[in-house]
Amino acid sequence: MLNDMIKTDILIIGAGPTGLFTVFEAGLLKLKCHLIDSLPMPGGQCSEIYPKKPIYDIPSYPEILAGDLIKKLEKQIEPFQPKYTLGESAVSIEKTKDDHFIVTTDLGTKHMAPVVAIAGGLGSFEPRKPPLDRLAHFEDNGVNYIIKNPELYKNKKIVIAGGGDSALDWTIFLEGIGALVTLIHRRNEFRGALDSVDKVQKLKNKDRIQLITPAEVISLEGEDKLSSIVIDHNGNQFSIDCDYFIPLFGLTPKLGPIANWGLEIEKNAIKVDNTLDYQTNIPGIYAIGDVNTYPGKLKLILCGFHEATLMCQSAFKRIYPDKRNVLKYTTVSGVNGFDGSKKEAAKSTIKSID
Amino acid sequence: MSLDITIHLIDRKGISHKLIAPTDIQMNLMEICKSYELPVEGTCGGMAMCASCQCYIESDHILTERSDEEDAMLSEAFHVKKNSRLGCQIQIRSEIDGLKVRLAPDE
Repeated sequence: MLNDMIKTDILIIGAGPTGLFTVFEAGLLKLKCHLIDSLPMPGGQCSEIYPKKPIYDIPSYPEILAGDLIKKLEKQIEPFQPKYTLGESAVSIEKTKDDHFIVTTDLGTKHMAPVVAIAGGLGSFEPRKPPLDRLAHFEDNGVNYIIKNPELYKNKKIVIAGGGDSALDWTIFLEGIGALVTLIHRRNEFRGALDSVDKVQKLKNKDRIQLITPAEVISLEGEDKLSSIVIDHNGNQFSIDCDYFIPLFGLTPKLGPIANWGLEIEKNAIKVDNTLDYQTNIPGIYAIGDVNTYPGKLKLILCGFHEATLMCQSAFKRIYPDKRNVLKYTTVSGVNGFDGSKKEAAKSTIKSID
Repeated sequence: MSLDITIHLIDRKGISHKLIAPTDIQMNLMEICKSYELPVEGTCGGMAMCASCQCYIESDHILTERSDEEDAMLSEAFHVKKNSRLGCQIQIRSEIDGLKVRLAPDE
């Protein structure tokens, strides 16, 4: 069983800016990193919530888009060959006899490391669920928040609710698969890529989909399986047949199972020792970035970078208690990638003048 | 003249809070709630991109109109009423002295 596990030096939970930069600082100390993130791509909130928003307080960048910041961080850490488990959430943690940690995801992927760095931001992203009676009852019995297996929808009556890109994109995608796709949104305006809005408009014009706006799903009907839904359309209430209801109202971060790992939690954040190394009450588990709290805490990306740097020094001492370590400057030592790449300052030319 | 105004806020348990809010440091209602450690998450930091600071305006103060972004977010939020606003989009100005607001339910 041990052989099936992913092994690394620092297991980072959360691939947002703080988690990504940890790979760099760890790499300078020759420590390998593996990152787990519930989202399918790195970047955390910067990718999921505000990729197109400018950030003005990253030192030396007068202005940078959140999405571009992530791209640059990925580029910066490339030499240190980080590995990822994406689209999975860390669910449980256990300690081995030799002081290592085993972290298991919701899909059962196991990771082992002597150090765990929780850089989980506000938590893992979960679908925002509409407040409908019996919603939980119909989950996986007609109500889905993610489309995993398109085959499932073949010749079915599908209702999608939402007004953003994912609602538009899935409407376009499922139109060719389902028997009837209905898109419901609370208003007539959609906020999504113009191209997608155009496509949905065309599908509607050709009667290939049914568009009901401004409208809202107000209740779900059926026994064990969903059979129909009730819609309020401008005050008019009516029921339509429905095999699958897919509410797509975006994602929201939830601290989730990490809250039950025995870590000291205060106001939805993990308490750490900010006088030293951002370690939690469990030695070997650190918390850095927006997920932690201490007196004077500021939830800023630049503070996360600082916390990651100090944390990596402490992790090194934990992994190699007998090794001497001294801070190296990249201007002096350069960056020696695990891939064999080497970045260093150009040697100054020395030439005599006759 | 004092630069502070008073906001009457009712939390999710129905408890009233009298918030003293400064008008001279560009704060918004979501930030005032956070500074009083009220249960307002402010997940997106104030970009009108989440609805964790949704509240209902219960006094007849005239507020600045909803921006397109706020409108779009509220159209995807839950428990939305006619008097729903995102706290992060309500600037603390002398005009809203005495404002009465109620926090919307947690999602």
